[in-house]
Amino acid sequence: MYRLAEDELLEIYRLMTLIRRFEDKVAEMYTRGKITGFCHLYAGEEAIAVGALHGLYDKDYVVSTYREHGHCLAKGASPRVVMAELFGKSTGISKGRGGSMHLFDPVLRFMGGYAIVGGGLPIATGLALSIAYRGDPEVVCCFFGDGALPQGAFHESLNMASLWKLPVIFVCENNFYGMGTLVQNAICQEELYRFADPYKIPGIRVDGMDVIEVYAAVSEAAARAREGKGPSLIEAITYRFRGHSMSDPAEYRSKREERLWQERDPIKRFRTLLTHERRIAPSVLDKIDQEETAVVDDAVKFADESPEPPLSELTKNVYVEE
Amino acid sequence: MALITYREALNQALREELDRDERVFIMGEEVGYFGGAFKVTDGLIAAYGEKRIRDTPISELTIVGAGVGAAMGGLRPVVELMTINFALLAIDQIVNTAAKARYMFGGQTKVPLVIRAPQGGGHQLGAQHSQSLEAYFVHCPGIRVALPATAADAKGMLKYALRQEDPVMFLEHESLYGLKGEVPEDEYLVPFGKANVMREGKDVTIVAYSKTVHDALKAADILENQGTDAEVIDLRTLNPLDIGTVLESVKKTARAVIVYEGWLTGGAGAEVASRIYEAAFDDLDAPIQRVASADVPMPYNRHLEAAALPSPGQIVAAVERIM
Repeated sequence: MYRLAEDELLEIYRLMTLIRRFEDKVAEMYTRGKITGFCHLYAGEEAIAVGALHGLYDKDYVVSTYREHGHCLAKGASPRVVMAELFGKSTGISKGRGGSMHLFDPVLRFMGGYAIVGGGLPIATGLALSIAYRGDPEVVCCFFGDGALPQGAFHESLNMASLWKLPVIFVCENNFYGMGTLVQNAICQEELYRFADPYKIPGIRVDGMDVIEVYAAVSEAAARAREGKGPSLIEAITYRFRGHSMSDPAEYRSKREERLWQERDPIKRFRTLLTHERRIAPSVLDKIDQEETAVVDDAVKFADESPEPPLSELTKNVYVEE
Repeated sequence: MALITYREALNQALREELDRDERVFIMGEEVGYFGGAFKVTDGLIAAYGEKRIRDTPISELTIVGAGVGAAMGGLRPVVELMTINFALLAIDQIVNTAAKARYMFGGQTKVPLVIRAPQGGGHQLGAQHSQSLEAYFVHCPGIRVALPATAADAKGMLKYALRQEDPVMFLEHESLYGLKGEVPEDEYLVPFGKANVMREGKDVTIVAYSKTVHDALKAADILENQGTDAEVIDLRTLNPLDIGTVLESVKKTARAVIVYEGWLTGGAGAEVASRIYEAAFDDLDAPIQRVASADVPMPYNRHLEAAALPSPGQIVAAVERIM
């Protein structure tokens, strides 16, 4: 952590705080009926998106899942356009056509949320192939959950990416549950990072509640990928503070288990680190908290006031050549 | 004009596009050193190298998914699926990603991916290797479906597929690879969405695509000897569908028979029939007939297989029912 300057640490704190406030507000707006459809929140997992993307450059690509608000914000998306997308508005990041599960921004190289479990891994592999084909220096960071590991797409993609030494970082967010099914009831090898071994790539398990640990692991994997040495698998242990989606009260988890993980809250933990070890004044962090609350309130106002996409555009963009 | 096979025409199209555009590359099972299971990519790896002609593991889902990702990353991938039957392993990436990425991401990306696959029966390959699955893809908006019937179209349509911007299922027929045809010497493209009137006639319209175009032409010869003047239309692409050319013909003949090798039930021909009924019901003098494969998994036995597939004889019989 001491390699990071104070302004970097504050930026990390700001982004994690933004994501938490954003997700809490999304839950509120969902309850009020402003947001509908499936909606999977990232609260509790912020250290992974923020740590991982702090270890990458703006020109690197991200491929994500249906639990991707955090990844998209960490990649630099404006909270306004992400919130507007959840509201289904034409100003949304996917013009109101995607919704919570299908955010996309080609300028930010946020290459989409994919809502078929494991569906993003082949896409990330192909993007990495296009980078290697051109001889460009970028890497692809591909996020997915523990639920994707039993999918064929995971194994096919790791094999192909390793075989061709493609610049992709596979980041598995292990939050212990695929919907309501415990990892050990779904996967014979619950130490998920060990799936790297058969594909002859580095596999590492990190504390996904520790933003600096995630940052360090992704930085190392990115350096390796840029040197043409191929992909890595990073398993980040984490916990979602809410259910699988807004319609899931998570009754399959005990209150005690939830409380134990709340005590490991990645933002509180990082805050303690900043105030105790780096001697950053709590007032500096309080100010960031207030600013991000205002940013999220502004995002809601923007989304609420934005126009609906016109019905006349229903069939637009099915094809490039209409 | 040069007389070459459908297979050679496809190979020429790939070579010309590989030469023209550095972004074009080919990947699939056995496309490199083996030269393609049906030898369509024969000789390409020697000419273009491993970077542009890429042998893959047997991982259809990720071959297609990586093709989508590479296309979104700015390349022009040609993905070969060894046969259409294996496309079912990749249908998630075809239907859920290739066909939807542009729309669901608000028009901010495109997937110029060409998925080539041979299909069709007639070689005693049994139930899992004899299917014609175009209807699966025609059902899904967002992906073009092209089925060339001749050597000239095979070349011109494949070149066109590599220059347009949308994902394409490019479905070749296994029985046509050795078929020879006249192909222009100069460069040409065959755009999608323009049906080809292969034979003009005034008594009945026979609509076909892929191999059944040739069955329809044979049927038309037989019918001519019986005094019936059949018009034969090759649709060339099912998405986009050139219904205008079909309607124009039906208005003239007042009778239509639709021929396709997919299963009868839920086949692409049912869609063509519906479009005719919706737009030209009053022009028809008889109910539309369909000639297609029997609704059975393909049997191995050659007599049973022949009975399951559409044939010129069945087309003649269908025309006779409505004359």
